[in-house]
Amino acid sequence: MASNGDGNGNGNGGTKTLRYREALNEALREEMNRDESVFIMGEDIGVFNGAFKVTQGLLEEFGEKRVRDTPISENTIVGAGVGAAMIGLRPVVELMTVNFSLLAMDQIVNSAAHIHYMFGGQVSVPLVVRMPQGAGHQLGPTHSHCFESLYLHAPGLLVAVPATPADAKGLLKAAIRDDNPVVFIEHEYLYGQRGEVPDDEDHLVDFGHAAIRREGDDVTIVGISRMALTATKAADQLAEEHEIEAEVIDPRTLRPLDLDTILDSVRKTNRCVIVEEGWPHGGVGANLAALVQEQAFDDLDAPVGRVTGADIPMPYSKPLEQIAFPHEPQIVQAVLSTFRDL
Amino acid sequence: MAEVHAAAHGVASVRMAEHDLPEPDAAREWLGTMMLIRRFEERAGEMYAKAKVGGFLHLAIGEEATIVGSARAMRDDDYLISTYRSHGHAIVRGTSPNNVMAELFGRVDGCSKGRGGSMHMFDLERRFMGGYGIVGGNLPIAVGLGLGADYQETEDAVLCQFGDGAANQGTFGEALNLAALWKLPVVFMVTNNQFGMGTSLERHSAVTDLHKRGDGFGVPGMRCDGMDVLDTHAVTSEALKKAREDRQPVLVEAITYRFRGHSMADPEEYRTKEQVEEWRKRDPVLTFGERLVEEEVLTEDDLEELDKDAIAKVDEAVRFADESPHPEPESLYDNVYVLGDQVRGWYSVDERAAGVHRGEDERDHSQDGARREQFEAVVESQSGDIGDAGSGPSDSAKDSGKSDEAPEEAEDTEKAEA
Repeated sequence: MASNGDGNGNGNGGTKTLRYREALNEALREEMNRDESVFIMGEDIGVFNGAFKVTQGLLEEFGEKRVRDTPISENTIVGAGVGAAMIGLRPVVELMTVNFSLLAMDQIVNSAAHIHYMFGGQVSVPLVVRMPQGAGHQLGPTHSHCFESLYLHAPGLLVAVPATPADAKGLLKAAIRDDNPVVFIEHEYLYGQRGEVPDDEDHLVDFGHAAIRREGDDVTIVGISRMALTATKAADQLAEEHEIEAEVIDPRTLRPLDLDTILDSVRKTNRCVIVEEGWPHGGVGANLAALVQEQAFDDLDAPVGRVTGADIPMPYSKPLEQIAFPHEPQIVQAVLSTFRDL
Repeated sequence: MAEVHAAAHGVASVRMAEHDLPEPDAAREWLGTMMLIRRFEERAGEMYAKAKVGGFLHLAIGEEATIVGSARAMRDDDYLISTYRSHGHAIVRGTSPNNVMAELFGRVDGCSKGRGGSMHMFDLERRFMGGYGIVGGNLPIAVGLGLGADYQETEDAVLCQFGDGAANQGTFGEALNLAALWKLPVVFMVTNNQFGMGTSLERHSAVTDLHKRGDGFGVPGMRCDGMDVLDTHAVTSEALKKAREDRQPVLVEAITYRFRGHSMADPEEYRTKEQVEEWRKRDPVLTFGERLVEEEVLTEDDLEELDKDAIAKVDEAVRFADESPHPEPESLYDNVYVLGDQVRGWYSVDERAAGVHRGEDERDHSQDGARREQFEAVVESQSGDIGDAGSGPSDSAKDSGKSDEAPEEAEDTEKAEA
């Protein structure tokens, strides 16, 4: 589903169907064509065409200067991106997965996020660090993380969590053009998903504008990253089986956060459930639930509900893994529990 | 290149290099800058004791030849990047001591507008790309500066300074490998001052010849006598030439010694007074001054005049810093983000203000009464007297060397420091 609301560019053309990975590939290609200062680097993004094929064909098209295979040195790859960004380039660093970004945490937080502030605004860091997250491939505890809440935690970073091909493309283009460091979190499951993407090179999705994936008056469901799609499916089920019309909101970016759209919805529905794949403690939902109750306490008819990944290291066992991150039934149940007084 | 042997085990075997002197004007300027850094650091220590300077304060007294010799090998367009011991690096690149001292005082005229402090000096205009507080954290950024210089097809090179402690961080190997792999114009300079915080070289490194540790990464090593500004200059010049012209990164090890503790909060229980005294005999400011007098480039009177100049500049820096205003409370959230068409604002939560608010509105929220009151109280507590101008020791050779008493607020342990 194409995103709606404000901030979706002004393309008047039609759309085309692309997979999420193809949409990202187009964004990179178009921005590299548009701006010589944009280049990409990461592990196996060139000769190998990317672990998830997002960078397919770019080495051939742009050459080794602008498509740079790196050694497996996450902290230094990100730090090199920071340094290059400080002197006028616009590097896009790919970390193979979010799991490995822990090795680069020093450069992401102490350098990328802080440099603009720490040096009194003399220099900015227009760096994009892309990485996919997510469970579901039986990769066990070290390769199944969802870490948007870690990066949401650090002031100075922008954080994008696109759930559709159109948003993946529009947000990545906006991220590359932005002067702030952006942690751009993709999702492994979504890479193969298809969607309509505006056929327009100037199609941008502005940061800080949530998308309303489904309209409804009875409950607000906020879905993060892949969970925006899972929440939409759960909403259809709620309508069919329980006559509950849920409004599904995909924030698309967590910093900046379009809290207004979420609050407007909650003021209409009086109920809110937040769905994320990551851990519950200190999670996106914990943060957002606090914001909603601070701002809309009098509008709530029930406590803000949360559906999260299980509070465990991700197990390898397929059945265990499947019940360790949210699916439609948990969301349906969480929504129903906000109606239990009726 | 000087032969410098087993410096960690004493200085007896270290031989002064016999390099020709630079042109008289340059020689005078180098010595003057070394004296300025020495006097600046001494005064910074005094201001710390008076609680005009907070946080950590890492002084580079004893390392002046390493700083000036290496930086004077650079071109104006080259990039310098450093560590949390970087007041001298800012000064040698031409940042006014006024702005460096104001940064130590946390004032708006500080070279990082009072946001960075002692560990985070910065001057984009002079291509001093910052001091960094995390040990080894600047090496990857140096690679990025080299990558940027290379990508933009310039002749600019990068001089990356770090300490012997940083040589044990993972970024050391990662950064050297990447710079060599991509043939980037970066000189990695390890300022081997014999200690990673309080842990001596032979207690923290299996291979104490640090310049050899680049070999496995394709980064050839060179060593210089970091107490000798001429040798440091000669070796760094050669290294920068290799980096710039041959696209060959080089690892330079400067053997030096810090006469003061790691920071102002260092009781120095890890080394003997005798060792410090031995190294002090090779005081880089004194020995260079003596040589210039011996070779009749300068007179004793000239030395005195240079020192007076240095003291006058530092006096002025302290006066300037003390008169510079504190940052206004409403600027608290300035420069967290670059706001523009794309990012018009963000939601922020602050425990000192009720609820959430848009980041771009922070300037208003910061003016609430309670916060203003707290701000004024802290400003008042920092308004003590700076003391008599020019009260520092009048002879740069007689830096007392005794460990400084840290103010009560100072931490007695230091995390993430080496």
